[in-house]
Amino acid sequence: MKLGILVNEGPYQHQASDTAYQFTKAALEKGHEIFRIFFYNDGVNNGSGLGVPPQDDRNVTKLWSDLAEKHDLDLVVCIAAAQRRGILDEREAKRHGKNSSNLAPGFRISGLGQLIEAGIQADRLVVFGD
Amino acid sequence: MSTPMPSEPWEQQEKAPAVKKFMYVNRRAPYGTIYALESLEVVLIAAAFEQDVSLVFIDDGVYQLKKGQDTGEIGMKNFSPTFRALEGYDVEKLYVEKESLWTRGLTEDDLVVPVQVVAREELREFMDQQEVILSF
Repeated sequence: MKLGILVNEGPYQHQASDTAYQFTKAALEKGHEIFRIFFYNDGVNNGSGLGVPPQDDRNVTKLWSDLAEKHDLDLVVCIAAAQRRGILDEREAKRHGKNSSNLAPGFRISGLGQLIEAGIQADRLVVFGD
Repeated sequence: MSTPMPSEPWEQQEKAPAVKKFMYVNRRAPYGTIYALESLEVVLIAAAFEQDVSLVFIDDGVYQLKKGQDTGEIGMKNFSPTFRALEGYDVEKLYVEKESLWTRGLTEDDLVVPVQVVAREELREFMDQQEVILSF
């Protein structure tokens, strides 16, 4: 089955992104296709590469980056939600005159159209949120 | 600086092959959290994809449509007038759960736009018919 994943909560505060990660991993192990993982609302914070969780805890952002690299996943952070919350790639940082960017490896920034497209293209869109 | 990434539907490479039933479920009060506002932002973008869209308001989500909102003193933008603009985006199917209205002492006359008031059971059946449900 072709799946789209929507993550609407940030890491650590909510379990939603952990559950989304575990679901995605399990789906891939079962041979399903992941069309796209879209991060919206506070979910965009999953894409911040500046998080430094304690060493004995999981690093949610790194888990996503590693999974994306291993399975060539499309991790898309909503541009409007990301700009509000200070998640920027290099290009966006330059465009808005910010002196640093923080988007983690394997993530890209794009528009909400990517979410709707995932809803259209995927057999199921699975939403993880509060 | 290079060209911005494609973020609007008409800039997308892939074309939508079919029309799907999309339902947006609004469950939360308009202020206090950002869910209501960002849900509306999705609906406005989604409108350009020409899908079969319906909006549902349940629980405190019914307050999003309440007439006479004044956000002046909380320093936030009152976005309730945007619901009146939805018609221009061909988003015309707005459903409000009857039980959620009643338990909050509201009637259809308290809302900023014309809606269809539906009973919980009817809404359940309606949800069953959807292909994509986004809940905020």
